[in-house]
Amino acid sequence: MAILDRRLMLIAAGATLASGPALAGMGHPSPWQMGFQDAGSPIMEQITAFHNYVNFIIVLIALFVLALLVYVIVRFNEKRHPEPSRTAHNTMLEVVWTVVPVLILVAIAIPSFRLLFAQYDFPKADLTVTATGSQWFWTYEYPDQGISFASIMVQEDDLKPGQPRLLTADHNLVVPVNKNVIVQLKSTDVIHDFAVPSFGVKLDAVPGRLQKTWFRAEKTGMFYGQCSELCGRNHAFMPIAVQVVTEDEFNDWVTKQKASASLDATGKIAAAH
Amino acid sequence: MAAPSAHAHAAHDERPYGWRRWLFSTNHKDIGTMYLIFALIAGIVGGLLSMAMRVELMEPGMQFFGNAEVFNVFVTAHGLIMVFFMVMPSTMGGFGNWMVPLMIGAPDMAFPRMNNISFWLVVAAFCLLVTSLFMPGAPGSSGAGPGWTVYAPLSTKGIPGPAMDFAILSLHLAGASSILGAINFITTIFNMRAPGMTLHKMPLFVWSVLVTGFLLLLSLPVLAGAITMLLTDRNFGTTFFDSAHGGDPLLWQHLFWFFGHPEVYILIVPGFGIVSQIVSTFSRKPIFGYLGMAYAMVAIGAIGFVVWAHHMYAAGISVNTQAYFVFATMVIAVPTGIKIFSWIATMWGGSLSFKTPMLWAIGFIFLFTVGGVTGVVLANAGVDRSFHDTYYVVAHFHYTMSIGAVFSIFGAWYYWFPKMWGYMYNETLGKLHFWLMFIGANLTFFPQHFLGLAGMPRRYADYPDAFTGWNYVSSIGSYVGFAGLLVFLFGIYYAFSRKVHAPANPWGAGATTLEWQVPSPPPFHTYETLPRIK
Repeated sequence: MAILDRRLMLIAAGATLASGPALAGMGHPSPWQMGFQDAGSPIMEQITAFHNYVNFIIVLIALFVLALLVYVIVRFNEKRHPEPSRTAHNTMLEVVWTVVPVLILVAIAIPSFRLLFAQYDFPKADLTVTATGSQWFWTYEYPDQGISFASIMVQEDDLKPGQPRLLTADHNLVVPVNKNVIVQLKSTDVIHDFAVPSFGVKLDAVPGRLQKTWFRAEKTGMFYGQCSELCGRNHAFMPIAVQVVTEDEFNDWVTKQKASASLDATGKIAAAH
Repeated sequence: MAAPSAHAHAAHDERPYGWRRWLFSTNHKDIGTMYLIFALIAGIVGGLLSMAMRVELMEPGMQFFGNAEVFNVFVTAHGLIMVFFMVMPSTMGGFGNWMVPLMIGAPDMAFPRMNNISFWLVVAAFCLLVTSLFMPGAPGSSGAGPGWTVYAPLSTKGIPGPAMDFAILSLHLAGASSILGAINFITTIFNMRAPGMTLHKMPLFVWSVLVTGFLLLLSLPVLAGAITMLLTDRNFGTTFFDSAHGGDPLLWQHLFWFFGHPEVYILIVPGFGIVSQIVSTFSRKPIFGYLGMAYAMVAIGAIGFVVWAHHMYAAGISVNTQAYFVFATMVIAVPTGIKIFSWIATMWGGSLSFKTPMLWAIGFIFLFTVGGVTGVVLANAGVDRSFHDTYYVVAHFHYTMSIGAVFSIFGAWYYWFPKMWGYMYNETLGKLHFWLMFIGANLTFFPQHFLGLAGMPRRYADYPDAFTGWNYVSSIGSYVGFAGLLVFLFGIYYAFSRKVHAPANPWGAGATTLEWQVPSPPPFHTYETLPRIK
């Protein structure tokens, strides 16, 4: 029955594609999506702009090679061109096809380095959270607020309407909008990876290391990511669910969390084992 | 073995018969044949594993695999088998063994007995890997599923069972086999060229095998060292990759990729050589910019050793380290571009005939370009932040490997089929095979770019429902490709049952290399008098 439903969904999605290019959503993937998820942070905006630029160049190069191949296939097949030439050298040509790619690469490298260094230009933290990867769930800590809880994927049967399968967690990582969030990464067992596509964030959580990355969410709402380093059996089942809220909502949430302490999280971790 | 004295005094070209001919073989042609048969079997096993994965991924939810860890085992085995037991044994072991001595005018390989042990070690390695699939691995499942990259500590603490040790020992044997093979090829090419066959007159396929030999010789000892450390970490209490006791998981990644990146050139460089031979033959023109082509391969091989950490942009290495690897990686695009344009320039002004091998070669050139340009995108650490460990990477390396390396292997198969077996293959079946594979491979892997852009991580047994559409298309594509594989197998059966005898040179004036001057199939011993190259 479930498979039948999915078939229907597939057909519906196919119809959407036929009626026009599928638009990407922000914070989550969409059916038949062909590009990035919409940017929800300044870094992802820069990644998207850079990718559009490089993608344009590589599509041109691929089409240029295709055009040359089609031309030689049509023009120099044995029917139209029975006598082959013996040309095997042309120094000028060889210099050109060495130098031009170098220039193209320089044109790619300059914005590429700008993007790379922007990603590592850590702003002053408005909020610091620690995400700890374990087989197979995340634990989030807010050291300055004294909050800590585990975040475990919600099983298919327990999903509420509108919650996406495999992406929904029982407890979201809640962060305020338009604030610089520094994410510290740790792991308790094997390497995991904290990734949120719409924020342009992806970094391994390596046991024995404390690594950090950052994002600044520009819109409120849910932003989903998934573990992005093979970590064993349930690698596909430890989502990263980030809930971006206004500053007031965030402060309310912090107050409530402090009240209920981290008892809940401890209980959940025990249940997961 | 007490051989009768009559045999001991028999003529020099006395050949062994029965099982002795194969088990004790020191003949480069027989060993090449065994490598090709082995690669075919391993390729079918690796291909069936990938079909199982595509069946699972055709629709969201878990249908085919009960346990996601078994899916990881399939991912791992597919990767290891295709790399170590399909591509390498066919390009180097199969076509390298068969054609390098014939192309340079040598009677055989430099170390024929070592050639024998190279082959039988790879068989033993394959048996160990297949055995590991049925040994206990991670808790509650059999087989090792850390991916072909075998990242610690998943490969140390994450998989306590002996399946992982079997896989490690399998890699040890496969590595030893390849190192011995590399020494054999390098020695043969440097010392056993016929009079007049200078390095700068060698066919480009021989150049490609020479470059690959050096890549193997320099990179595989690093893998051997790294997996030995992994083995002792697992079994003898060492802590090379354990950060709690003075080790470092990133040490594994650096060691692995110092081997792993040259390894991907080991897979593709012989393909460059094969495509050069085919394009020149079927254009009836000498290769354009021969020296540039030869030294482009040397350059790709050399730069291939200093770009490894571009696989680790998300591992937490510093921004300046990343900046260096961005720069070094982009440099590789230059010699690769030289090769693509030189192939096209070889065809330019030629008289092209589109026999089956040429279709594979032209398909290779365009689709390797597609895989190459996405490689330029991935070289940029800034945008790799989004692509790392997504299906974009899967699409990229399958365009270079599944399409690049495999298309060159099939091209070589049809190109040298008449030479090796003495029979012509059937053109219609060969072309049908090509078109099914061409359509199938593109349908499988092109949509994976979209999945990667949308953020679908790789090595996932199940995915969010939004990724359903392109996964469905991708699975359909893989079935088309599999149909191509069946046509390929039928084509072999057809050629061997029809027995249409092939002339020494079925390809005409364009086939100028030495192997086309010996009969098809070549006698058991060739060049008992060395040819002279003017």
